[in-house]
Amino acid sequence: MANTDQSKIRNFCIIAHIDHGKSTLADRIIEKTGLLTSREMQEQVLDNMDLERERGITIKAQTIRTVYKAKDGEEYIFNLIDTPGHVDFNYEVSRSLAACEGAVLVVDAAQGIEAQTLANVYLALDHNLEIMPVINKIDLPSAEPERVIHEIEDVIGLEAQDAPLISAKNGINIEEVLEQITKKILAPVGDPKNPLKALIFDSVYDSYKGVIIFCRIKEGTINMNTRIRMMATGAEADVVEIGTLGPGKFIPCDELSAGMVGYITASLKNVRDTRVGDTVTDANRPAAEALPGYKKVNPMVYCGMYPADGAKYPDLRDALEKLQLNDASLQFEPETSIALGFGFRCGFLGLLHLEIIQERLEREYNLDLVTTAPSVIYKVYKTDGAVLDISNPANLPDPSEIDHMEEPFVSAEIMVTTEFVGSIMKLCQDRRGVYLGMEYLEQTRALLRYELPLNEIIYDFFDALKSRSKGYASFDYEFKEYVPSKLAKLDILVNHEEVDALSFIVHEETAYERGRKMCEKLKEEIPRQLFEIPIQAAVGSKIIARETVRAMRKDVLAKCYGGDITRKKKLLEKQKEGKKRMRQVGNVEIPQAAFMSVLKLDEE
Amino acid sequence: MELYIHIPFCRRKCAYCDFLSFAGCENLQKDYAAALFRDIESRGGILSGRPHVETIYIGGGTPSLMYEGFYEELMRRVRESFDVADTAEISIECNPGTATREKLSEYRRCGINRISFGAQSAKDPELESLGRIHRFENVRETVAMAREAGFDNINIDLMMNLPGQTRDSFLESLKAVIDLNPEHISAYSLILEPGTAFYERYESRPDLLPDEEESCRTYESAVKFLSDCGYRQYEISNFAGEGRECRHNIGYWKREEYLGVGLGAASLIGSRRYAVTGDLSEYLEKCRYASTEELSETDVINETIMLGLRMNEGIGISEFQSRFGRDAAESFSDRMKKYVEAGLAGSSEGRIFLTVKGLLVSNSILSDVMI
Repeated sequence: MANTDQSKIRNFCIIAHIDHGKSTLADRIIEKTGLLTSREMQEQVLDNMDLERERGITIKAQTIRTVYKAKDGEEYIFNLIDTPGHVDFNYEVSRSLAACEGAVLVVDAAQGIEAQTLANVYLALDHNLEIMPVINKIDLPSAEPERVIHEIEDVIGLEAQDAPLISAKNGINIEEVLEQITKKILAPVGDPKNPLKALIFDSVYDSYKGVIIFCRIKEGTINMNTRIRMMATGAEADVVEIGTLGPGKFIPCDELSAGMVGYITASLKNVRDTRVGDTVTDANRPAAEALPGYKKVNPMVYCGMYPADGAKYPDLRDALEKLQLNDASLQFEPETSIALGFGFRCGFLGLLHLEIIQERLEREYNLDLVTTAPSVIYKVYKTDGAVLDISNPANLPDPSEIDHMEEPFVSAEIMVTTEFVGSIMKLCQDRRGVYLGMEYLEQTRALLRYELPLNEIIYDFFDALKSRSKGYASFDYEFKEYVPSKLAKLDILVNHEEVDALSFIVHEETAYERGRKMCEKLKEEIPRQLFEIPIQAAVGSKIIARETVRAMRKDVLAKCYGGDITRKKKLLEKQKEGKKRMRQVGNVEIPQAAFMSVLKLDEE
Repeated sequence: MELYIHIPFCRRKCAYCDFLSFAGCENLQKDYAAALFRDIESRGGILSGRPHVETIYIGGGTPSLMYEGFYEELMRRVRESFDVADTAEISIECNPGTATREKLSEYRRCGINRISFGAQSAKDPELESLGRIHRFENVRETVAMAREAGFDNINIDLMMNLPGQTRDSFLESLKAVIDLNPEHISAYSLILEPGTAFYERYESRPDLLPDEEESCRTYESAVKFLSDCGYRQYEISNFAGEGRECRHNIGYWKREEYLGVGLGAASLIGSRRYAVTGDLSEYLEKCRYASTEELSETDVINETIMLGLRMNEGIGISEFQSRFGRDAAESFSDRMKKYVEAGLAGSSEGRIFLTVKGLLVSNSILSDVMI
C-alpha cells in the first residue's frame, strides 16, 4: 500500500461488444500482472456469478487492483474497473467509466465494430476517456485485422494503426496491451488534501460486511476515522474498513487518497443508501458540491411475478428483499391477480434485467414462478385532470375516464449487414418504428436509426431481430421521451372468463394482430380438457379474435390388473402433479408458460 | 384371497406386448416349474399357514405352451399349500394356436374351470400385423375343442384401435366372436408401450392409427353392440353374460388380497405391495422381491378410487365412508359432483360411477379426484 504515487496509477476499464472477449482479456491482464498463478485462475475471474458465466456477460461492475512491472522498470498500479455489458445497465456503465481515465476498446478481428462497440465508445468519449483500441481474436481463421483497423479509424475516427493485435484466449501479445496502458492512459489527478469526493460506481451487500461500496477517490483522502456521508441519499456512517481489491479478495489498507480505487465498508444495511453515481464525502469536512452525473435510475420494464405455489408467497417476498439488498434498481410491490393470487409487481431496468432476476429467484431461491407479460409505464391522462403511471394493465381506468395516454419511446441503433437491411426495416415498421436514418459504415454494413415504442421491443424484438438477420444484427437503445399514443387494453377470455394476468396494453393498430396471435399461441399452450374451451381476445366489449381448444375425448388406460396397479397409480399421480402446476381459472387449467405466451408471438 | 401364477414363455413375442414373457426359452420350462413349485410351497415367503383361496388365475406369457402334465402337478401342489375353495374360479390364458385336445382335457381334469383365449381380432391381416401365431380359424376350432372338453366359462380377448382398423371392421370382428357364444369378452384398446415393436412403428406416426374421434366411436359402438347381444359392460374393457364376470379380476379392482407367484408377479398382502424380480436367471435361483411398497392411507384411498371407478358399478359411498371416514367420503363425492353434472359420471343407489363417456376420459377424471 506504500505506493500512492499518483503518476504510477492507471485507472481503466475494458469496453467491447458482447462476446468480443472483454472478460477473457481481463483474465489475461490479471494473469500477466502476476498476482495469481495460472492454477488459481478460474476461467473468468471477473465474472463470479454462475449466471453471468453462462450468459457470457457481466452484470455487476467489479474492480481489480494489480501491480504491473513495466519495461521501464517502474511498477504501475492498474485498477481495472469492470463494466456491465448490456444496454439495461447503461447508467451503471457510465458511472464505471466516470471512475476511469481510459478505456481499452476490444474489437473482434472477425466481427469488427458492432452496435454496442459504438454505444460504449460514445459513452467513453462522453467521459473524456482516452480510448485504446485492441484487436482481439486474431488467431481466428476469419480474422481480418487490417479491415477492422480501417473500420475503427473510419467509423470511430480513432487512430488504430498501432493497436495491439492479440488473442486474449491464447495469451498472444498481452504484454503489448499492458505496455500501452502505461503509456497511453493518463495518470489520475486530484488533490489528496481537498475535501473528500469519492464516486460510487457499485455497491454490493455482503452478509458479513454489510454494504460494500466500490469507489474511485476523486478528491481528498479517506481513512478509518472518517465519518462518511452520501451526498444524494444523505446516509451517514462510520467507516469500518477500507481497502483495495485483489482478484477475488479484499485487501484492507489504512487510507485511500485521490486517484485510487477501492472499497469502503461502513455500518450500512442497504444498498439503497449507497446509490451508484452518488458521491461519498467526509461528514465532518464535506465537499461543497457532489460529483456530476448522479441520477436515480428508474425501472423501465415491469411485470407481475407470482409463486407457482401460492403458499410460497412469503418466500418470494424474502427472496426479492434479499436480491434488492444487492440491486438498488430492482423494485417490487405487492399486487394481487384473480388468476394468479398474491404476487408482486416488479420493476426492472430492461428485459435482460428481468430475466436475470427471474432466473436467480428460480435457481438461488428454488422458487417456481409464474411471470406475466412485461409492460412499460404508460402515462394515463384522465378526463378529471389526474395523471396516472400505469404499469399493470389491470389498473387501467375505464376508457370513459381516459382523456389520452402516452407511451415511452426509445432511440435505437441497429447495426446490420446490408443484405438484411430490408427485413430489419420491415420489422421496425411492423413495430411502429419511426425511421430516422441510415448510415453505411462500410460497403457491407449499415447503421439504422429508429425511434421505437418501448412496449414493442420488450416482448420479442431481440429474438425477432436475430432471426431476421441470421444472428448478425446488433442493437442498442436508450429512453427518449413519452409520446401521445392511441392505446387499448387487450383482454383475453378463456372459457368466457377474463384472465386478468393475460391482459396487455397495445397500440390500437396492432390490437387485432396481437389478439389473433395470442389466441393461436394460447391454443397451443393450453392442454385439452374435458370440455371445449373458447379462447377470445377482446378490446372493451368487442371480441376481435377467437380460437377453440377441442375437448379431450379419450384418455384411458385399457388394462389394469394386479401387476399394473403401482405403475398406473404413479402415472395418475404424475398427471395430478402436472395439473397442480397449472393455474385454475374458472374451470380451466392454464399452464404457467401460457402467461408468458405474449413474449413469443413473433412468427418468422 | 386370490392366487396369480405367471408363466413367462411365448413361442413368439407379439409386436404390441410389453408383458414379462420370453420367446424361445422353452427348454427352461422344467427349471421354471421347479421355481414355481418352490414358491407355492413357501407361499411366496410372505404368507403362513394354508391360506384360503377363492380364485386362481394362470396368466402369461402363454400358459398353454407348458409341457403336458405340468398343470396336474401344479394344481396338486397348489392344493397342498392352499385351501382352494370348492367353488373357486380357476382361469387359464390360452393361445388359440397352441391349445390341443389333450391339453384342454388336462386343464379340466385338474380343476381349471375358466379359459381365456387371446383371439385379438377376427381379421387375419390384423393378426399378422400384431405378430400373432394364430389365425381366426384356430380360434373357432379351439373354442369348439374347449366346449368338447367341458369348459362352460370361456373368455375371448379382442383388440380395438389397431392400425387400419375402423369402427365397422372392429364390429365385424366382434360379431364373429359373439357368434362363438363365449361367456365373457374383453375388448382392449391398443396401448403403445415403450420398448415394443408397435411403439417404434407407430409412436411417431399417429396418422397410421385410428384418430381420437374414430376410436371413441368404436368404443361407444362396441359397448352398445355387446350390450344388445347380452354382454353387460362391468369394467372399462370387460363384458360378460349374467353372472359370468371374472371374479379374479374384480378382486384386483376391489383391492382383495392376492399372492402372485412366478417371474415378476405382484402381490397385495395387508398394506403392502410386492413385485417379484423380473430377472429370469435370478428368479430360477431364488424368489427375490424387486420392490415392496408400504401403502399409506392416501395410497389406499387413491387405489380404491382409481380401481373402483374402472368398474361400471363404481364406488359405494357407504363402504367408502366406513373404510376411510366421513370427511374422505364427502370430499370424494364433492369432487365427483362436476363430473356427474357434466354427464361423465353418474350417481344412484348410494354409488358413484363413470358413464361410458367418463370411462373414455377416466385418466383425466381420476388424476383430478385422487388425493
